[in-house]
Amino acid sequence: MAEIQGGGDDKKKKGGKVRSKKSSTRIDMTPMVDLAFLLLTFFVMTTTLNKPQTMEITMPEKPKKDDPEPPKVNERDVLTIVLGENDKVYWYTGITDPKIELTNFSATGIRKVLQTKKNEIPKLVVLIKPSDKSKYKNMVDILDEMNIGVIQRYAMVDITPTDEELIKDSQL
Amino acid sequence: MSKGTPTIDMTPMVDLAFLLVTFFMLTATAIPDEPVTVDTPSSISEIKIPENNILTITIGKDSRVFFNVDGQPTRAALLGKMGEMYGVQFTPEETHTFAIMSSIGVPMGGLKQFLDLKPEERKAMQPQLPGVPVDSAHNELADWVLQARLLNRQLRIAIKGDRDAEYPVVKKVVNTMIDRKVNRFNLITGMEKGGS
Repeated sequence: MAEIQGGGDDKKKKGGKVRSKKSSTRIDMTPMVDLAFLLLTFFVMTTTLNKPQTMEITMPEKPKKDDPEPPKVNERDVLTIVLGENDKVYWYTGITDPKIELTNFSATGIRKVLQTKKNEIPKLVVLIKPSDKSKYKNMVDILDEMNIGVIQRYAMVDITPTDEELIKDSQL
Repeated sequence: MSKGTPTIDMTPMVDLAFLLVTFFMLTATAIPDEPVTVDTPSSISEIKIPENNILTITIGKDSRVFFNVDGQPTRAALLGKMGEMYGVQFTPEETHTFAIMSSIGVPMGGLKQFLDLKPEERKAMQPQLPGVPVDSAHNELADWVLQARLLNRQLRIAIKGDRDAEYPVVKKVVNTMIDRKVNRFNLITGMEKGGS
């Protein structure tokens, strides 16, 4: 490499001819290095290293007119989760005269509820009702909880006025 | 070489630097220019989003909805189809602008004027774009999705919503999809950041 020439220079000077100092073939690489690192930095910054993840969801098809009646679900198997404002989660089991309770998205919140309910009710069906004041994040979080808790049967349904009243009356 | 000048042989370093530059250049996919910054919610899901054939519906924090589809030929053809549907004629220049543009956030009525603007003006307008209409009475998103799916059968639908997007807007978008018999879609989420 370019360094080798360093050794040779001294000897040549001793020989009578004064040769013009052999111009070293060394090139000042600094600007090139600057540029290389500039480009490197640029590409490192603009690369999106972690590709975004996705969550696949399949929504039920719209019922057609001549569809057979869907099988009835025992109301005792139903756990309803209502997503309220400010990341609140309301839940109740059954449909007639339910006892509504409030929880949150933490690991000891809705996750625990789902776990105990899953153990209690073998044929658990979860109905997720996001209210109009809930955020998209809440919806993703609750779908996440379904995956964490390995809930086989769940559905996202619209909130009903009854649910809204229930929440209002519960004062939670 | 004057005595005592410390010279470092930079060659290996330069080699390495260029190797890295080459690597990043080849793997780089520029961050697409999004009209609205979206802070995606996190999830535990670890499915990566496929690279191609993606139709992205972006829902901003301010309830604006944007539509995007990849593949320049698809986009050009899509604009033609949409023009036919809404009775708008697009010039080749406008089609080209559309093909290389990012997300669409303008109703069909204003799209032609929007495409005629200079790139800087378009960029400046981005914060005020109205978004694609998704109301049940006037649902252009449904038409965009329908036409895009007719042009590219392999399209996968991805919804990229901001964590603070209002649920009713998300519901409208999802219902639009279900009405068009799209029952399977992807929700784009980020990585779970520490304890939730």
